[in-house]
Amino acid sequence: MTNTVTVEQNIMDEFLRLDRMPHIWCAGCGIGPAVGCFIKAIHRDSLDPDKIAVVSGIGCAGRAAGYLRLDSFHTTHGRALPFATGLKLGKPELNVVVFSGDGDLVSIGGNHLIHTARRNMDMTVICINNFNYGMTGGQLGPTTPVDARSTTSPYGNFENPFNIPYIVAASGATYVARWTVLHARQLERSIAEAMVKPGFSFIEVISPCPALYGRMNKQPQGLDTMHSYQERSIVRDGADPRDLAITIDGPIVVGKFVDIERPTYWEQYEQLLDRIGGKENQ
Amino acid sequence: MSEDGVLCGTFFMNGDVACAEGAISAGCRFFAGYPITPATEVAERMSERLPHVGGIYIQMEDELASMNVILGASWAGMKAMTATSGPGFTLMMENLGLGVMLETPCVLVNIQRAGPSTGLPTLPAHADMMQARWGSHGSYEIIALVPSSPQEIFDLTVMAFNLSEVYRVPVLVMADEAVGHMSEKVVIPSISPEELSNRRRPSVAPEQYLPYKADGDLVPPMAIAGEGYRFHVTGLTHDEKGYPVMTAEAQDKLVRRLVDKIRLNRKDIIKYDEVDVEDAEVVVCAYGITARVARLAVQQARDSGIRAGLLQLITVWPFAEERIRELAQQVKAFVVPELNYGQIVLEVERCAAGRATTLLVPHMGGSVHTPETILKAIKEVVQ
Repeated sequence: MTNTVTVEQNIMDEFLRLDRMPHIWCAGCGIGPAVGCFIKAIHRDSLDPDKIAVVSGIGCAGRAAGYLRLDSFHTTHGRALPFATGLKLGKPELNVVVFSGDGDLVSIGGNHLIHTARRNMDMTVICINNFNYGMTGGQLGPTTPVDARSTTSPYGNFENPFNIPYIVAASGATYVARWTVLHARQLERSIAEAMVKPGFSFIEVISPCPALYGRMNKQPQGLDTMHSYQERSIVRDGADPRDLAITIDGPIVVGKFVDIERPTYWEQYEQLLDRIGGKENQ
Repeated sequence: MSEDGVLCGTFFMNGDVACAEGAISAGCRFFAGYPITPATEVAERMSERLPHVGGIYIQMEDELASMNVILGASWAGMKAMTATSGPGFTLMMENLGLGVMLETPCVLVNIQRAGPSTGLPTLPAHADMMQARWGSHGSYEIIALVPSSPQEIFDLTVMAFNLSEVYRVPVLVMADEAVGHMSEKVVIPSISPEELSNRRRPSVAPEQYLPYKADGDLVPPMAIAGEGYRFHVTGLTHDEKGYPVMTAEAQDKLVRRLVDKIRLNRKDIIKYDEVDVEDAEVVVCAYGITARVARLAVQQARDSGIRAGLLQLITVWPFAEERIRELAQQVKAFVVPELNYGQIVLEVERCAAGRATTLLVPHMGGSVHTPETILKAIKEVVQ
């Protein structure tokens, strides 16, 4: 007789499109763990999944929308933020989350990033930063550290990379944090905080890419990169965003850097309607 | 003005303003744009009017964002529009394609000016007629309407919203600077809710809903965000579930449906106006501001004993190919005046298929044709 073992349902199951598994991410990739933290954060906040919309752009991280059993939108390269803006303004009760990568959000979508932060559009951005373009095969990006190799910087990168938390903080984001995927609990807590905080919240997630960035930069296994995060990470809540630049092997400052109050776009729009005797959408 | 702030009555307004009012009458409550001559007045009017009718105006950082944000608003259930001109139209092509692929109702207005590049920002042309058809990558069909007066831009903007909701496709209003900036009488009728089309919503429970399973008309019912359907949509080639499928078979099935839902319904979509074509030996085929000039030229030709007629294209895409084919059996020639160096003439020529000759009367933009230029061409082809 066969023994039946009942396994308690994983909390992930309700939020994943199990009919789409297996996913496309490589062994050792950090995107899956970050998706896990996102799901746990929804759970932690006890949010109604029917009122959450996830928007992604293009790239490895951009595939997250397709695996989440929520209203999910896989849009064009770099344009997740304006699409998300339309969703949020069209239906303000939606909890809108943008889940995408550094190339998508900071390079091709860089203009949308600074303007969405400037408007203090009420949404949460989870930005996977793996320091290269993974989907297309490991090319140089605007986050690639100086001296790092990529398939289009075979002799080492000499371009100065972006310090992402500094840009979004300077642009007007009201919540800015950075964690590595090694900091699973802190990341989950940050996402949970961000999702209930009004305004533009941005979380940078430093993530291994063993198949490409790691392989080209002496960390061929995901675990190698996780060890390096363990050695290099310094938790410094409230650190000055100007001091958060990442080098190829220097310290990675993580923590919550910005958590301030500022009226959101929607609140200001409602104030305008009050002032001119306008009318809110029914 | 009615109680809900929608205009009703007779007004003197320019084409850009009439376009904005057409959108509001059609139920548009979301507008996003980026300033560009000669379309800016559409945005200005919307920024003034929308807060009073329960709508939202947002000025975006560029046209890439403008096109994208209206797609997001549409998926939140809004009727949404953007307006631009040549350079901005080019930037919008990327996400026009996303709108086609996700089957997102929305309206894109192009108040055309002369190009290439910055060209003549303040002066008219029909420079983007082919870009309207083929501007985004991939195989697709689109609907494009061309107004020739402020009244028509009002009427056609209402029609554009209705078509976009019925066929779940972005609809283009391809006006020009002359129409956008001329002021004329515009009669705004009281439009009842029954006269406005709304996208068909799913009638099944969320667990049975397939976002891209179409019925007989090839248009799938559309869920909107936040209503428990928990659907997925993607710009990748996808199946009925909306899931990406990277096969030639999935590509074939999807692209055929996206194209056929417009192509097979073209008889219901295509509108044109005709003057004196019944016995015509020569037909002037024109659109936009040029159609008004052509009207006078045709009348002058009749006065001088030439059996001339006018076919004014109102829907330019999908193209009125059946009508051109029919007329090609009857007429000696088509005269096609265009504010470009030959775009729609290629379609007329294709449909005439050698049964009638086709003469392009090009004008590179910056002003409009004179009736004499068109009359001269009419006389030339009947000789």
